[in-house]
Amino acid sequence: MTPILRAFVAVLLRDVRLALRHQGELLNPLLFFLIVVTMFPLALGPDKLTLQAHAPAVIWVAAVLASSISLDMMFRSDFDDGSLEQLLLSPCPDVILVFAKILAHWLLTGAPLTAFAMLLSVFLYLPGAAVFPLLMTLLLGTPVLSLVGSVGVALTVGLRGGGMLLALLVLPLYMPVLIFAVAGVNNTLKGLSVFGEIYILAAMLILAATLCPFATAASLRIRMG
Amino acid sequence: MFGQAIDKYAAPENAYTLAGRLAPWFGWVTMFLLLAGLWDSLFLAPADEEQGESYRIIFLHVPAAWMSMFVYVVMAGAGAVGLVWKVKLMDAVARASAPTGAIFTFLTLITGMLWGKPMWGTWWVWDARLTSELILLFLYLGYIALQAAIDDRRTAARAGAVLALVGVVNIPIIHYSVMWWNTLHQGPTIVRAEGPAIHISMLIPLLVMAIGFTTYYLAVLMQQVRCEILEQEKNSSWVRALAAGGK
Repeated sequence: MTPILRAFVAVLLRDVRLALRHQGELLNPLLFFLIVVTMFPLALGPDKLTLQAHAPAVIWVAAVLASSISLDMMFRSDFDDGSLEQLLLSPCPDVILVFAKILAHWLLTGAPLTAFAMLLSVFLYLPGAAVFPLLMTLLLGTPVLSLVGSVGVALTVGLRGGGMLLALLVLPLYMPVLIFAVAGVNNTLKGLSVFGEIYILAAMLILAATLCPFATAASLRIRMG
Repeated sequence: MFGQAIDKYAAPENAYTLAGRLAPWFGWVTMFLLLAGLWDSLFLAPADEEQGESYRIIFLHVPAAWMSMFVYVVMAGAGAVGLVWKVKLMDAVARASAPTGAIFTFLTLITGMLWGKPMWGTWWVWDARLTSELILLFLYLGYIALQAAIDDRRTAARAGAVLALVGVVNIPIIHYSVMWWNTLHQGPTIVRAEGPAIHISMLIPLLVMAIGFTTYYLAVLMQQVRCEILEQEKNSSWVRALAAGGK
């Protein structure tokens, strides 16, 4: 392994290990996701057809909100105890370290959220044929949320009232993902192909994965002075 | 010679003086252009064959929409220059542009609604062009909120620059939304490969209004940049001398 790859793996494993030691915090985004999804049958009524028609939108809006709430844990504790500064001072390019942290964040929030969404889709009567497209949009879309969100967290880390501000900055940038993901799943409900939207989401993921880590690293450097 | 001029006016004190000298000129040109443009668009331009008189809101709506995107690009570009080359003056330009851009975006949405009601029969549709313009408003407001949240002006300007650059992806989406998604909002009529699909009698007031909006932005920008420079340089001797009652 090259030193850069070793640093990448080290940061990734460190973040995952640290998170696994606070399992309660890991469950919080999932719990939040569950509660938001639960509100919709209560508000829309238990009618099967209504819920079925709204299931993709409900799941995606809840996933976007849960993702934006969980973003804070990406850099917060490292910022508070000073380890973020140490990471940035290390000789390894900070883009690599930032990318490792984003990937760790997705593994700890986006991936469980995707799995959990599969379960919840059953409770919202999503037809079996639409489950796979939902899975695809979540697998492609939630990493984009973590990537784009990382820029927002980096800009607001350590600010008073940062949480609310973070949501204001990040949610508008999440909207394109939401639009295409929900449109894709809705297409399958109408018997159309989902692949147009899947390709666009894949393109968004590639674009975000190439550009966002640089923006995040730059933002962190700005915030740390 | 050009390089020397840039060096000279990148210095805050000289930029402050220059902006102060330019502002009234832009102001007067704006007043002339807007009065002429409004006269032309409200009285001289003919009524539209299909839309009658109510199409005339185009003379506010389209220039405002252009400006909403143009100002965002200026804001992001100035922010990028400030970020990369550490030009403080460009930080000031970026920060000062945000409120004006937000107002143009808001004006675009409002005039669009007023036009939509008689023509489409609805104030609002969730069409791609309208939605992406709304997202642009959110991006401006997020930028302004971020500026307000960070106390150190240097850090705020640089953080804002990154945010503005990330948000730039929305600009081509707004521009091409009417071609990519065929929804209620009409396609491009002016900036298109085959030449403008609008009669010259309507095109002239539209362009006059657009130039007037641009000079309005420049006039306001000059004043706001002056304020930004004063805030940035409040501990320097020339600002203190100014505050003490010097010229």
